[in-house]
Amino acid sequence: MKVNGKVVALGKKLTLQDYLNAQAFDLRLIAVELNGKLVPKSAYASVFLSDEDVLEIVRFVGGG
Amino acid sequence: MHDLLTIGKHDFRSRFILGSGKFSLGMIKAVIEHGGVEMVTLALRRANIGGEANILDYLPQNIVVLPNTSGARNAGEAVRIARLAREIGCGDFVKVEVIRDSKYLLPDNYETIKATEMLAKEGFIVMPYMYPDLNVARALAEAGAAAVMPLGAPIGSNKGLCTKDFIKILVDEINLPVIVDAGIGRPSQACEAMEMGVAAIMCNTAIATANNVALMSKAFNLAIEAGRAAFLAGPGRVLHSLAEASSPLTGFLED
Amino acid sequence: MTKKRLNHMEYLDWMELIETDIMDRVLRSAEAYLCRQYTGREVESALVKDHLSPGDFCSLLSPAAMPYLEDMAVKARLETRKKFGNCVHLFTPLYISNYCDNYCIYCGFNCRNKICRGILSLDEVEAELEAIAATGLKDILLLTGENRSISGIEYLGEAVKLAASYFPAVGIEVYPLNVAEYLFLNKCGADFVSVYQETYNPQRYAQVHRGGPKRSYPYRFHAQERALLGNMHGVAFGALLGLGDYHQDAFAAGLHAYFIQQKYPHSEISLSVPRLRPYINNRELFPHEVSEKQLLQVMLAYRLFMPYAGITISTRERATFRDHAVGMAATRISASVKVGVGGHKQKEKGDQQFCIADTRSVKDVHQMIVQKGLQPVYTDHVRV
Repeated sequence: MKVNGKVVALGKKLTLQDYLNAQAFDLRLIAVELNGKLVPKSAYASVFLSDEDVLEIVRFVGGG
Repeated sequence: MHDLLTIGKHDFRSRFILGSGKFSLGMIKAVIEHGGVEMVTLALRRANIGGEANILDYLPQNIVVLPNTSGARNAGEAVRIARLAREIGCGDFVKVEVIRDSKYLLPDNYETIKATEMLAKEGFIVMPYMYPDLNVARALAEAGAAAVMPLGAPIGSNKGLCTKDFIKILVDEINLPVIVDAGIGRPSQACEAMEMGVAAIMCNTAIATANNVALMSKAFNLAIEAGRAAFLAGPGRVLHSLAEASSPLTGFLED
Repeated sequence: MTKKRLNHMEYLDWMELIETDIMDRVLRSAEAYLCRQYTGREVESALVKDHLSPGDFCSLLSPAAMPYLEDMAVKARLETRKKFGNCVHLFTPLYISNYCDNYCIYCGFNCRNKICRGILSLDEVEAELEAIAATGLKDILLLTGENRSISGIEYLGEAVKLAASYFPAVGIEVYPLNVAEYLFLNKCGADFVSVYQETYNPQRYAQVHRGGPKRSYPYRFHAQERALLGNMHGVAFGALLGLGDYHQDAFAAGLHAYFIQQKYPHSEISLSVPRLRPYINNRELFPHEVSEKQLLQVMLAYRLFMPYAGITISTRERATFRDHAVGMAATRISASVKVGVGGHKQKEKGDQQFCIADTRSVKDVHQMIVQKGLQPVYTDHVRV
């Protein structure tokens, strides 16, 4: 799986929510795009990840 | 009676929009407070690990967040970034910024119009950053923009109101708040823009690069308020007559 | 007459409705305009601005601006020069029919007025056009009264085609039309449409337009917009000053033009400033007579508010007034004008609409313009 441009090995079958929790993300502060499509927060628990997936995880930073 | 700035359906007392780039996070609160700021722009970046410092924790509660689409090189990317930003849950505002020129950082007006149209249809309150072109501003208004944000000079240049005459045309012709974004380097330039009827000023670099950022923020606030008051008061009269006493042009009238 | 009189804010069934908010905006602003609340302070502030707001326009039209007439003239002349250089456009109107179904109590052509009626045959139209073209003019305005059977759209189309074969610039000042009809006349060769609202005050409008299709205020109001939707290149606006309160009417006409320009930025905008004049069989006094001074004030206010707009000066005004107005505010002037039907080649076929005060020929008006150091322009229009 590709996460934010880096290749990441998926150990076992898991949901997006499991993955984000395992990486210690605060789910309130991020937004996620899976294969170029926005994933609503409400769908995190029902989306399963696979090795072909491309994940973008973003958060707010300072900017003008 | 309050002189409110209305964007979308939101009313603001402050006409100073702060760009939050280039600040150390610990400074932002003081800058916002000294500037009387009610709206702050933020950018989206990749989150690499959990537990990174979060800029939202450094903003006062009542601040309205204006996510920008920086990094977008075309309309499609701007739309994707805007959707992601909205999903974080800070409201429907978005500052559309489409730049595919890394040297001058000038906005791509054509792609900006396309992005504005798509995002307005999705219910965003769209504030497009643009090069001040009247026809583009009209197209943006038509596309559903809630304000237009013409640049005063290239981003971060601190050069001031290089595009003054063209921004004035937008102020005269466009029935939306015209907000000068980018290029304002000094409070006096912000004041000058406000005097000519601009609705608000967005500023970042000029404050972030000051020796005392909080004090500079205050200076901008005062300048923006002064310019606004001057605009509302109406420009000064010229006390001498333009004409000569003998009425050479109208002396022919009979009744 | 047992037929129920049309409510002046309604349409007849054949009249086309278009989606627009301009009339509401103009009426709202005109109603809120209290010309007596302005002072010299507002006038002075307007005079130092580069771009005037509708509020500034209000102050320049108010009585408070009268002491500043010379200052306005100085600035207006500058604006006219900046925008138009030293060009002054020449044109002439040609009345091709004075049959009219409307009962407008101020107009010589009204249907109750016992005047001599006439319509030019197409041969006669051509003879007139030929005679006018021979004077060197390149810009013509065709006029009719409102009669959709005698001077119907097909007749107008043929007349426009003839006019377009002699003149690069053809305008029409006929009854208001639907979009498809404007499209048709545009295809025939017309590019400019003049429709004057006469008075913008709906109550006054109803009082003076007692019958005929013209009684519908909104249908007339939206004519310019329909004309532009019908591919016309330019539109002209005007109030017949003196019919109602001239401050309010001049303000509304100006604002109407201003809003149309904003909505249709590609269109050419011009304004006319006719004053109510005496005519055959009706010397009834209108209470709001407009002086020359007030007329000039309106022209100057138009120029300062809309530096881009053409302003036409009517032959209803005396030669001296017209001579001073061109270059200062006016950019269009008619010459060799006949306000009966025809009259350029053959004897006039119908009585005149009103009395003209300046009967000079094209040559004389040309001469006058040159003597003022200005440039007579016969047309700058290229039909595409």
